Amino acid sequence: MMNILILLPLVIPFFGAVLTLFFREKITVQRTVFSVSSGLVFIVSLFLLDHVFTSGVFSVQIGGWKAPFGITFVVDKLSAIMISISGLMAFSTSIYSFGSIDAEREKFGFYTLLSTLFVGINGSFLTGDLFNLYVWFEVMLMSSFVLIALGGTKPQLEGAVKYVTLNLISSLFFLVAVGILYGIVGTLNMADLAVKIKTHQDPWLITTVALMFIIAFGIKSAMFPLFFWLPASYHTPPAVISAVFAGMLTKVGVYAMIRVFTLIFTNNPEVTNGVLIVLAGATMLVGVLGAAAQNDIRRILSFHIVSQIGYMIMGLALASPLAIAGAVFYIIHHIIVKTNLFLIGGIVNEIKGTFALNKLGGIYKAYPLLGLLFLIPALSLAGIPPLSGFWAKFSLVKAGFEAEAWFITGLSLFVSILTLFSMIKIWNEVFWKDLPEDVENIDKFSGFSTAKKRFLFIPVIILAVCTLIIGFFTAPFLMLPQVPHPNW
Amino acid sequence: MILFLALITGILTTVGIFLILRRSLVKVILGLAFLGHAANMLIFTIGRITKGKAAFVPEGSLSPFEPFADPLPQALILTAIVIGFGVQAFLIVLFKQNYKSLKSDDLDNMNTTDML
Repeated sequence: MMNILILLPLVIPFFGAVLTLFFREKITVQRTVFSVSSGLVFIVSLFLLDHVFTSGVFSVQIGGWKAPFGITFVVDKLSAIMISISGLMAFSTSIYSFGSIDAEREKFGFYTLLSTLFVGINGSFLTGDLFNLYVWFEVMLMSSFVLIALGGTKPQLEGAVKYVTLNLISSLFFLVAVGILYGIVGTLNMADLAVKIKTHQDPWLITTVALMFIIAFGIKSAMFPLFFWLPASYHTPPAVISAVFAGMLTKVGVYAMIRVFTLIFTNNPEVTNGVLIVLAGATMLVGVLGAAAQNDIRRILSFHIVSQIGYMIMGLALASPLAIAGAVFYIIHHIIVKTNLFLIGGIVNEIKGTFALNKLGGIYKAYPLLGLLFLIPALSLAGIPPLSGFWAKFSLVKAGFEAEAWFITGLSLFVSILTLFSMIKIWNEVFWKDLPEDVENIDKFSGFSTAKKRFLFIPVIILAVCTLIIGFFTAPFLMLPQVPHPNW
Repeated sequence: MILFLALITGILTTVGIFLILRRSLVKVILGLAFLGHAANMLIFTIGRITKGKAAFVPEGSLSPFEPFADPLPQALILTAIVIGFGVQAFLIVLFKQNYKSLKSDDLDNMNTTDML
């Protein structure tokens, strides 16, 4: 029974993807299939969570080949949490896309691609084998390549060229690192690697490979100085695609990094964590300064993804249990909040037809509910108590003080102020100030059908409520993943 | 033999890096293809080459005789080749579409999405 349950997060969206291919012209069927399949994944993930917390880690050997020879799928607390978040994201973005994606993109396989994207993401969270992780990354990347170019507008194609090229180079680094690691240690099963690396006679050789993994996952998770593909491409596709990418994709990179550096490469922590903490500080600062220079909602938010990745890496690099728990909580919080901000930016664009700050204004006066819905994730991102971002930053800062890492902790607090500055900038320019006089007042909201209004606002409200829940009931979420060292 | 393969890997990597640093998109595609081949050669070489000893289990025994060629690097390479093939097919189409809309394959003309 559990064997089937562990595979369902892969099987359900995969069959969903196949099914949508049969109904290319029937959009309603495609929509139903996608939202039902993502809803089912979320329900399955709740069962997985329940099982992991009551009876611990469990694994499946695919095809009956015993570990370490076959491919292992493992569910521990960390992967169960990530699966449930991805299910939630798939469900809420599916509702949003009903109201915002044009019929042409829907007919061209938007839901199929989104399904395969989530197959890849869930596979990355479940696998216990390093090469298999590479394969799931490729599944995810392939779908994201097509999604980012889907529609074929000029900026999209240009963004896609940069996104695709740099991500392919990262995949090559990953592949080479996996190959070298196999040559040195002779296994690719993560648990087996963890055991064999501890007793390996040449730890520096292993550390060299570990640094290659930092490069590979560093490009994927948009870490300084490897993040340039992200602000060049994430603002080009429609808002809902940006939202899924902003929420999930870079965090899969961070998840892989947490997995690899807490489980496998633990033999030389001074070097790997030393490199990571320097990069974390630079990522935070450069990201937030980049955001300060931008004048477009989506570009500001894109640079903030980079900045926030720095916090997660900081938690990983500090490496105390509290810091790791903080980093994982940061991932949960950030996926929800960042997706929500992109969705709200999309609503603003639907109403006003632009993302540019100097052509917007007066949204709060006309739509106070939208303003309020923006404030919740925006203040949460900046870390205002009692919202979720505060607890994420609080646990990281506390871990930083405990580790006596004064500089990085101080830097993280300074970056929070700049984050608040950026969020207030969006608030002032888009919601609070009056519409500039020389700008024509466009308002398409009255032209929306009731269904469209519901499709646009329901997911935003769901995600805002999730932010409030993990803000007010933080303890279970923060304690959840405290030990991401599975012994399967 | 290993020295030869290592040299080949080095040459392929050099060519690949040289090509992806060119401004023409066509050369970038070729460069990525070269780098992919270099990665595959590297996995093949580092997986300990054994000449003429396939990993077949002879009748009546439970494991192949030592030393035998490790089949796993070959399986990894096969998977990587298939993935690389698909990705390159997509790359060519994407770059072609981009060329159609931009009327140029010079990377220096592709900076409009970075403008403030």
